Amino acid sequence: MRLQYPPNVLIIEVPCTGKVDILHLLMAFEQGADGVIVVGCMEGDCHYMAGNLYAKKRVFRVKDILDRVGLGGERVGMYNLSSGMGGRFAEIVREMTGKIMELGPSPIRIATGTATRAAGEVAA
Amino acid sequence: MIKAIPKPMEEIIGNVQDCRKLLIAACDGCVTVCEAGGLKEAQVLAAALRLYFTQGGKQAQVDETSLTRQCEKEYLAQLSDRIDQYDAVVSLACGCGVQYLAEMYDKKIVYPGVDTCFLGVNEERGLYTERCQACGRCILAETGGICPIARCSKRMLNGPCGGSEGGKCEVNKDIPCGWELIYERLKTLGQLQRFETPTVPKDWTTSRDGGPRKIVREDLRI
Amino acid sequence: MSAETPSKLQKMINAGHLAVTSEVGPPRSADGVVIEHKAKLIKDYVDAINVTDNQTSVCRLCSLAACIRIKQMGLEPVLQMVTRDRNRIAIQSDILGAASFGINNILCLTGDHQHFGDHSSCANVFDLDSIQLALTVKMMRDEGKLLGGHEFEIRPQMYIGAAANPFAGPNVGLRVSRLAKKVAAGVQFVQTQCIYNMDTFKTFMKMMVDRGLHEKVAILAGITPMKNVGMAKYMQKRVPGIDVPEDIVKRMGGVPKEKQAEEGLNLAVEQIEELKGVEGIRGFHIMAIEWEEKVPEIVERVGLYPRPQPAA
Repeated sequence: MRLQYPPNVLIIEVPCTGKVDILHLLMAFEQGADGVIVVGCMEGDCHYMAGNLYAKKRVFRVKDILDRVGLGGERVGMYNLSSGMGGRFAEIVREMTGKIMELGPSPIRIATGTATRAAGEVAA
Repeated sequence: MIKAIPKPMEEIIGNVQDCRKLLIAACDGCVTVCEAGGLKEAQVLAAALRLYFTQGGKQAQVDETSLTRQCEKEYLAQLSDRIDQYDAVVSLACGCGVQYLAEMYDKKIVYPGVDTCFLGVNEERGLYTERCQACGRCILAETGGICPIARCSKRMLNGPCGGSEGGKCEVNKDIPCGWELIYERLKTLGQLQRFETPTVPKDWTTSRDGGPRKIVREDLRI
Repeated sequence: MSAETPSKLQKMINAGHLAVTSEVGPPRSADGVVIEHKAKLIKDYVDAINVTDNQTSVCRLCSLAACIRIKQMGLEPVLQMVTRDRNRIAIQSDILGAASFGINNILCLTGDHQHFGDHSSCANVFDLDSIQLALTVKMMRDEGKLLGGHEFEIRPQMYIGAAANPFAGPNVGLRVSRLAKKVAAGVQFVQTQCIYNMDTFKTFMKMMVDRGLHEKVAILAGITPMKNVGMAKYMQKRVPGIDVPEDIVKRMGGVPKEKQAEEGLNLAVEQIEELKGVEGIRGFHIMAIEWEEKVPEIVERVGLYPRPQPAA
């Protein structure tokens, strides 16, 4: 659809969000992700029956963990859309990027000295 | 099997926050079945702790491993070649495993990573309920295969009490009345006459009340 | 009604009169005087006075101490004892203690679970249940023996009672069965849970009589007067084991607020009159919780005052 959305997003494709493990999400943050979104099919439309429902539970678990270890659960989120909703996808990415920009770099990047800007700062 | 649940993260962090090298030791036994302390849970906990330490500016190494069982020294021995390097071990085994690990490596600090809850069954994934109190003298033959000591909130042997209503226990509507279950089962089995004779007071010496217990099977020992 | 004891309650029942008992709830403090006050309010209208034992797991002045006080007032106490808080050592010890003061009536109960009360995080005991407690009292009284085997001369002479709840699960048939088991364990009199569902209660009594149990155990029907519609609703929804039919709640709610107490008393009186005619009923246990001052009125209105004085 050639819609515009921010370039700082790394897309990892999976056959179903049910394949996404808690460890994948935590690993992303360990390796310096500032935010992670899991985008799955609409509830009830999962090709594999309940993959997106398991994904939702796992995302909640990761939110909880991130809150408790000092990263903040707002850095991870789950969204549901169908494959035809390209516009919504772009919107989601913009939304999440905006949120993360406000939150600032992940405390992991700040602690390891790899953060390139502070919270709220926009690239020149 | 033994059923456990993961301890709150804050509690574990509180114990390990000053460590620099930490080992998370999972168990392939009961705690794997109830998804509280298996290798997977150890990996998640290790990743979470690494995030905690890093965001706090602390340098720390958190490794994870799993043992076949922690209630047997033959398997605990698998740690002997590497346990020395760690400041502490968080054991995700049940209370038995944590203690045995601590007993075998008595100079190592060992913290529990799960709360051991009860002996029970898997009704569904993620739904576990208590079935046995390990009283040491099983009376299931007399009660149609349903244990009043584990399933009656008052461990009555001549139940049900007057608080049994609609098949539920007075303590909580989520608890079925153990004695109503027994009654229905005895009815199905045609054994209702068991209800007519009073059961005499129980000998609790084989239970926790008799003190820490021991089994010695001379037939197995040479 | 096998063993004879000096119990005045037993004598009243054996003499063929309709017995009347009521209860006193001890205070949540060390105030012994309030027990005397409550006992004095009802003493001429009842044959025996129950003292509840940390009822609904709320910690109160103990039943044993209150019963001793009542005995020393020259009145007839019924020691209610639950197995929730004491093991068999303490239970037998308390029975010997009560007997040493001449207390002749005991009501054997398992007890409400502690989650209801003000110490819900405590460990509970339940070494015995109510039926095993009755077996124990019987053994102490009839054989002069403790559960551990020790034999002794000066025995408790207690009239053994228990509770019965025709309204609890799983069904009335099993509640009758359970009462039969209590009788087999030595229970001689029963005070039932408070009655509002007459049909269920009458079914229970009929089954009792059909089994001949009414000749082995004296049933005292439990009556609790309603103070207001709020109490009716509370008991209907929030108290396990009590069956309050909807028409009772409607009746209480159907009169203006200031008339509800009177309506509750009317209902209690009607219930007693109706139950007088039911075979197997040997008396009434009036539980006027925090409303002890109404007991005299109820007893008078049902024609059970003055109390007969049976020959000693």
